[in-house]
Amino acid sequence: MRYVRKSGFYLGLFLFALFSVFPVAWMVITAFKEDSDLYNVDNNPFLYNLPPTLKHIEYLFTSTHYPTFLWNSLFIGVLVVVITLVLAVPAAYSLARLVGRWGERSGIAVFLVYLIPPTLLFIPLYQLISFAHAANTVWALVLVYPTITVPFCTWLLLGFFKSIPRDLEDAAMTDGCSRWQAFRRVSLPLAMPGIATCVVFAFALSLSDYIYAASFVSSTAARTVSAGVPIELIRGDIYFWQSLMAAGAIVAIPLAIAYGLLFNKLVKGFAATSG
Amino acid sequence: MNAVPQADARLGVGDRPGLLGVLMLSPALLYIVLLVAVPFFIAIALSMASATVGAPGVHGFVGFQNYVAAVHEPEFLMGLRNSVIVTVATVVLILIFATIESELLARDFRGKWLFQILIILPWAMPVSLAAVNWLWLLDSQFSPIDWLFRHLGLLGPGTIWGPQMHLYYYGQEWLGLASITLINVWRILPLATVIVLAGRVSIPADILEQAQVDGAGIFRTLFQISIPAMFPILVVATMFAALLVFGDMAIVAITTRGGPGYATQLLPFWAYEKGIEGGALSQGAAIALFMFPVLLAGAIWALRAAYRSQTR
Repeated sequence: MRYVRKSGFYLGLFLFALFSVFPVAWMVITAFKEDSDLYNVDNNPFLYNLPPTLKHIEYLFTSTHYPTFLWNSLFIGVLVVVITLVLAVPAAYSLARLVGRWGERSGIAVFLVYLIPPTLLFIPLYQLISFAHAANTVWALVLVYPTITVPFCTWLLLGFFKSIPRDLEDAAMTDGCSRWQAFRRVSLPLAMPGIATCVVFAFALSLSDYIYAASFVSSTAARTVSAGVPIELIRGDIYFWQSLMAAGAIVAIPLAIAYGLLFNKLVKGFAATSG
Repeated sequence: MNAVPQADARLGVGDRPGLLGVLMLSPALLYIVLLVAVPFFIAIALSMASATVGAPGVHGFVGFQNYVAAVHEPEFLMGLRNSVIVTVATVVLILIFATIESELLARDFRGKWLFQILIILPWAMPVSLAAVNWLWLLDSQFSPIDWLFRHLGLLGPGTIWGPQMHLYYYGQEWLGLASITLINVWRILPLATVIVLAGRVSIPADILEQAQVDGAGIFRTLFQISIPAMFPILVVATMFAALLVFGDMAIVAITTRGGPGYATQLLPFWAYEKGIEGGALSQGAAIALFMFPVLLAGAIWALRAAYRSQTR
């Protein structure tokens, strides 16, 4: 019985890992293939029937704007993370502790803001951005992505701050700290797992967005990976498959390692939302 | 609240919770009002006007005409049906898989860090690139999955899936919807697992041990202890998954493009095609607004269920 249970456990691990990795493995295999190897239906698609080549990855970095897209995505992602934390951390603390009972119960209202789909907002937002002369620049995206990340992070951190015992802050204030110092020295350090989760989320959400990136920015120099890669490497009916696959794998694999190593922190970040 | 500040300290902002609270809340509130609330009401106004890409202002009030027109189009009804089917199917599958996966991850095993990296991989990929990934994986001619099926004797002349050599995943109504569902399950499962696992690890270990001592098997423990205890966080996971699936248009825009015909059309993509590509801004806004009450009703129901289970 014990043996059966143990092999079931490892079979489960294997199947979940396979489901998750298989498409990306297919990406990696494709990225190094010669055209004549790739487009031959008789070949075993999982093997290199011709020697692997780097030329499609070289093409991606030298003949397309992929390096620009990567830089734009990184730049936008980092700025969005900073803006999100500056807005969401104080707001969540304020709702959890400072503005009374309605603030504590506002979690649902904050979450409802997150429910408004981008497909609904992007027409008026586009008009707003044109008005601010930010259309076609990375600043358009820096300006709008916090509409997705701020409600989410405020909601997450609201739960987090509520789960920190009030006694800890009260003790600090009895010892002469002001309310602000109690927040800075007691609550903020305790909320670090939640804040780490917000950092990962804000970055991932801004990297992943497609609709704003595709509709607010039409100049190549300001595009992100998310919109730039499909637009530049799918030309009508012609798909640059090897380069497309390389473009995806190059983004996903390093980020997966980073997120994976933070996995336990991410789980802790959500723990407060259940209670 | 009643803490006495040091005698010589002046009563600054930091000592007045009400004022401090307003100061800390207002930047986020201001931002949300300007960039979410105002555009939201502009969208409502737009949906009742006759704006087009050529004449984008809010003028020419037409009332609910755009809504009536939207409902009478077969693409809309199909999009609504498909969006509901894909969302429900994705959420159900994700809840099952995330619960199993979190059971596995609640235990310690060698190489757990590597497993965590492997399973979070789909979530590290931007949605549009994930769609491109699956477009190639389920290609009409070069899909390696079709190749596997052919070599297993499931596909090709004289086999159970007919004489055809390819399944044409994105070229058929139900297979297309199934593919879109599968891509959504793939990309959202990591996030759902993280959320459900957060609920799973907060169940006190002694309760689970006691159940084991009392002779409850794996499934009884799961259904009678773990799942009821995790109910609020399963609701959170459901809402996240539903929101991500229902609001997404990148996957359908890159894979089936709503085809063949409009058989795999989804609501957000129809709003985009109508409003932006078709140039009828007001009609696009009206179609997109149909999504809001559906999401709102779902969210309120879910949160009330979670709240009730907590206070019980």
